[in-house]
Amino acid sequence: MREITLSQAVNEALAEEMRRDPTTFILGEDVAEAGTPFKVLSGLVEEFGTERVIDTPISEPGFVGLAVGAALTGARPIVDLMFGDFIYLVMDQLCNQAAKQQYMSGGKLSVPMVLRTNLGATRRSGAQHSQSLHVLVAHIPGLKVALPSSAYEAKGLMKTAIRDNNPVVIIEDKLMYQDKAPVPEEEYLIPFGEANIKREGTDITLIGTSSMVQVAEAAAKILEAEGISAEVIDPRTIVPLDEETLLKSVRKTSRAIVIDEGHQNYGITGEIASRLNEKAFYYLDAPVLRMGAMDVPVPFSPVLEDLTVPTPEGVAENARRLCAGEMIHAA
Amino acid sequence: MNAKTRTKTKTSNATRKDLSKEDALRMYTQMVRIRTFEDNANQLYLAGKMQGLTHMYSGEEAVAVGICEALNDNDRITSTHRGHGHCVAKGANYKEMFCELLGKEEGYCRGKGGSMHIADQSHGNLGANAIVGGSMGIATGSALRAKLLGQDDVTVCFFGDGATAQGLLYEVMNMAALWNLPVIYACENNGYSEYTKTEEIAAGSITARAEAFGIEAFSIDGQDVLGVNELSRKLVARCRNGEGPFFVELMTYRYHGHHVGDINREYYRSKKEEADWKENRDPIIRFRGWLVEQGIATEEEIETLNEQIKQDAKEAVAYAEAAAYPDAAEVDMHVYAETDTATLQAGN
Ligand SMILES: Cc1ncc(C[n+]2csc(CCOP(=O)(O)OP(=O)(O)O)c2C)c(N)n1
Ligand SMILES: [Mg+2]
Repeated sequence: MREITLSQAVNEALAEEMRRDPTTFILGEDVAEAGTPFKVLSGLVEEFGTERVIDTPISEPGFVGLAVGAALTGARPIVDLMFGDFIYLVMDQLCNQAAKQQYMSGGKLSVPMVLRTNLGATRRSGAQHSQSLHVLVAHIPGLKVALPSSAYEAKGLMKTAIRDNNPVVIIEDKLMYQDKAPVPEEEYLIPFGEANIKREGTDITLIGTSSMVQVAEAAAKILEAEGISAEVIDPRTIVPLDEETLLKSVRKTSRAIVIDEGHQNYGITGEIASRLNEKAFYYLDAPVLRMGAMDVPVPFSPVLEDLTVPTPEGVAENARRLCAGEMIHAA
Repeated sequence: MNAKTRTKTKTSNATRKDLSKEDALRMYTQMVRIRTFEDNANQLYLAGKMQGLTHMYSGEEAVAVGICEALNDNDRITSTHRGHGHCVAKGANYKEMFCELLGKEEGYCRGKGGSMHIADQSHGNLGANAIVGGSMGIATGSALRAKLLGQDDVTVCFFGDGATAQGLLYEVMNMAALWNLPVIYACENNGYSEYTKTEEIAAGSITARAEAFGIEAFSIDGQDVLGVNELSRKLVARCRNGEGPFFVELMTYRYHGHHVGDINREYYRSKKEEADWKENRDPIIRFRGWLVEQGIATEEEIETLNEQIKQDAKEAVAYAEAAAYPDAAEVDMHVYAETDTATLQAGN
């Protein structure tokens, strides 16, 4: 199968969906000729024109608000938020305006919009361009949240996001834009709420999201050499969450570590761990362990920054100890 | 009131040749329907039959009616926390409105929205909004959609003087002006945001802010329904013609407190000032006088009309009081919209 980068995969998904549905359009800063600072959208303006690939002023609440209004009245906007860190600026539009329309109207109004943005530290970008903030939106009923972990997921999830009738936040790992993965030429969509078992195993389940799927897979390789069989699962969407697949795995392996690049405090890892504890407690041989990013603002100094995110070695070490029956708890 | 505000259009109670007798009577009817709706809502609240937060539109009827009578069902509006007036003016029915205020299943939003989130999509009302200024993006986005999809509807964004302090307004006016969007920003300047006078929170001129973006702006008497309607018709036509956006500041007054519980308010607003607006500038009394003067209706006919509306309201209130609450099973319905599974298949 051909291999393309995550960036190309997103670009293809957008182009295909924009050809398919004339009510779709892209809105954001430097999305047209510049194709965004990450060049993910390069070439789209040539095909679809500046009417459908719209450069906005630096007004995040403003253009997210416009997307909500356009979606409410029959269009399918795709908003580009340059950095995930800017999500704080658009919280009212996203959480008060977009997320609640369907409910507040008793099912009469819907907001079929996509907000695509990114996450991920270790790019030496400092505390305001490195955060992984998906938990903020995952907390809000009415929003769906997708976290692609490779080019394959990026394309399939984006196409589903655009066709979904709800506001969807899709967050790409900005360090993965140039990573290649096999992506079929034929059209495919990845349904929301279907986790992907990346690797089967019997001793411990490693649940990783987004950037942490690769970390979990690398940890599994380390463990394999030591005779520990780790199952790696990528939930792909955290809202909706495919609890069944996670539970099934944990009931089989009886141990689990949840790895996510958001801060550990009150985070995605805690939510998933808690669901496993509630629903698979009697199958567990050890407490479900959380591994999130450290609870510090992301530091600039490369030496410090690298300490803040889970690594394959760290995951492997914790897995080893859990499997050995040691009592350990989250850092 | 902001003394520095310029007045570009004359406030006219003069004859309106473009206005048919039916149009004039409908405008009157709609204003009385709003006032009557609010009188009943206020009573429901005071009698403890209605819970929560609600804000009365009484006194500002000419704004909503003058503007909405220049629109058709396909045109959209976004409304505010003080939204009953916009909802009635855009064509909503009493029955579904009272049901919504009482949290009943037959309400416009199945009781899930309430007073501050009432929306009536069938008439283009995209909904009230409990975040001050929260709908400015929505209104502008609706106008962007119209332009992109080649549709000729116009969107009116209602908001208060207090909302002009929200940065969102300036972000979206900038984009609306850059892209010539068919949106009209209608600032209902009732002199107060909550318990604070406008002049204490708004520096300079409100219309000049829109003008800074190159948006044509007007400041007019919001108690004169004819004047409001005349300007609105012109601006709506110009919007359809690709000449938008526009900004209109409408000088008006709310008769009640900020919300229904705001009873003792002399610390921020004198009884004398309230009486002056009610006795000398009431939009309904003024328009009624004009209708009689122009021979469009007799005093008797108007009284009959008023009575009929009172009766309608009474019946709708009784209906809503007796109506069923939503079933408990509805509590987790409508969190997410359904997506047709066929749509999510490749090849479709
Ligand atoms: C973002 C936000 N801040 C504060 C409030 C509380 N609040 C509700 S109405 C209001 C005053 C609004 O004044 P104005 O825009 O002039 O509208 P009016 O009530 O006069 O119609 C305030 C401060 C709110 N609902 N939303
Ligand atoms: Mg006000």
